Amino acid sequence: MTTKPLLKVEGLKKYFPIKKGILGRTVGYVKAVDDVSFYVNEGETLGIVGESGCGKSTTGRMLMRLLEPTEGKVEFDGKDLTSLSTEEMRKTRRDIQMVFQDPYASLNPRHTIEKILEEPLIVHGLDNSKERKKKVREFLEIVGLSAYHAKRYPHQFSGGQRQRIGIARALMTNPKLIIADEPVSALDVSIQSQVLNLMQDLQKEFNLTYIFIAHDLGVVRHISDRVGVMYLGKMVEMADSEQLYLKALHPYTQALLSAVPVPDPDFKKEQILLEGDIPNPANPPSGCTFHTRCPHKMEICTKVTPRLTEHDSGHSVACHLYSEQVDNDIKQLEGSI
Amino acid sequence: MDERKIVLQVKDLQTTFFTDSGEIPAVDHIDFHLKEGEILGIVGESGCGKSVTSLSIMGLVPKPPGKVVGGEILFEDKDLLAMNEKQMRRIRGNDIAMIFQEPMTSLNPLFSIGNQMTEAVRIHEKGWSKKKAEGKAVEMLKLVGLPRAKEMMRDYPHQLSGGMRQRVMIAMALVCDPKVLIADEPTTALDVTIQAQILKLMRELNTRLNTAVLLITHDLGVVAETCERVIVMYAGQIIEEASVKMIFEDPQHPYTKGLIQSVPDMRYKKERLYSIPGSVPKPGSIQQGCRFAARCEFAFDRCLTEDPELYETSAVHQTRCFLYDREGVEQHDNKALIES
Repeated sequence: MTTKPLLKVEGLKKYFPIKKGILGRTVGYVKAVDDVSFYVNEGETLGIVGESGCGKSTTGRMLMRLLEPTEGKVEFDGKDLTSLSTEEMRKTRRDIQMVFQDPYASLNPRHTIEKILEEPLIVHGLDNSKERKKKVREFLEIVGLSAYHAKRYPHQFSGGQRQRIGIARALMTNPKLIIADEPVSALDVSIQSQVLNLMQDLQKEFNLTYIFIAHDLGVVRHISDRVGVMYLGKMVEMADSEQLYLKALHPYTQALLSAVPVPDPDFKKEQILLEGDIPNPANPPSGCTFHTRCPHKMEICTKVTPRLTEHDSGHSVACHLYSEQVDNDIKQLEGSI
Repeated sequence: MDERKIVLQVKDLQTTFFTDSGEIPAVDHIDFHLKEGEILGIVGESGCGKSVTSLSIMGLVPKPPGKVVGGEILFEDKDLLAMNEKQMRRIRGNDIAMIFQEPMTSLNPLFSIGNQMTEAVRIHEKGWSKKKAEGKAVEMLKLVGLPRAKEMMRDYPHQLSGGMRQRVMIAMALVCDPKVLIADEPTTALDVTIQAQILKLMRELNTRLNTAVLLITHDLGVVAETCERVIVMYAGQIIEEASVKMIFEDPQHPYTKGLIQSVPDMRYKKERLYSIPGSVPKPGSIQQGCRFAARCEFAFDRCLTEDPELYETSAVHQTRCFLYDREGVEQHDNKALIES
């Protein structure tokens, strides 16, 4: 696997203003994404997990500039996407495609599958009509449907088939990066595994890079090479998928992992139950945003926001438990024993 | 063995939807029972009939187009299907309560939590004063682990988070101390950390109040962590029934096996997920033989012509698959295959 980063995100922020009153004055901001940085290597899958409202979908949308970032840089293939004009960005989207969660809502019910799949090609001015039609049929076969499906309408397909169509549409322009936002969460288990397998096959076949956004940790672990965990607009931990699941560092990741029900009644795990709910992102807690629910809260956590720093090679965490100060304290303690 | 009393017995239940495009047997000859204080899970994918089963028990099948066309649902030896609406209303809430997937749509957005809670109490406890009912409501809210229960009585549903709303729903369902609680995907709309809280609460309440729970879910993980016994449904039929331990240790029906293997496991990485080919048959597409045959890798000629029954493979295990028919094809080649 090559290790060249295809996409590099630095200090990405999205603040949604809260407007009040007849003058529509801005009274505050919802910090949906707050200073998030990461990279994705060519050919790999980066998983982004988190609970609702953590900013994972907003992040995905900003990468394609479906939402304008408030601040930050998105470097794709050497270009800074945030500085591109609308027209240049439109052209760049040929290389970055998206697969959405709800295959019912993301396909136009009045268009035939052929028209739906052909559209990205028309938009980007690729191929002539005959070639396009041929390509539509070819890609239908690639995603496990049949060429004769081209003349049908979305309602004639099941959820799993629609998601296959959504994937085919993303592939039409031969993109380098696919951002998949909860692509399997609307599907039944048996169909989910079919779609996951398809995505893995396609990745090998077309050397695709995936950003896989999901809330299901089992699914993310299965498909990702590296995983980032988000909480309240911040990336709190990032590591190799294996590393993260074996040795989660951040208390939130640990709790998240322990909360997932395991399909094995004999499996005894230590469940870390988090108290309370996710705080309101319009008024996030001071310091570390997780401190209100954290079982290892220290005084510093309420005051200073921890930064995402590398703890082991390739394993970063944003938590004061692992900051050097604390490390030193522990070392001193151990020394005195 | 298990000497707990049976509180709910479903016998040969059939619920059919009469639509323009024909009759759809959503629930097709289902038999099961629920014991006192037990947590029984029903798992299956969308359209398998698990929700219609629960609605049939509650007498809430939308009709038309739906109708319970046959069978009996015995609650403490009374047949719920023979009751009129008035009698049924006395059972609902009092004896059998239900919670749903999306708590926001089950709560009335225009009334405060207190208002809705006390309404539930006073409908069933006629003659209670408003104050007494309020007291009970606060007590229930505390029971389900809601902090500041008293103040919450004045809150409106939109002011609460999803997890809190589901707790309110549970409190409301348990207000009359029902013997049976039907929970239809109670945690599907919630985040995992909140799901863990709600499941823990349901287990605690089950032991504390001895309420029997019928838990309907699509999540095998939830089943493994919560239930004692499981029913697996496919295309309107029960295809396997076993203790939770057995269903994961020794799943027998090829569909159950496939389902368990399809779930990505967090504990270790599988190179490739198992996937069941094809998809669930369209409801109503009447076919001969086993309903899973078209997707089953172990299917043989008999599966395509005959309808398998539930074969008892042990005292706690039943499977609707010819591979487990003792008199029939014990020595069939596929039997060895499935066991490997």
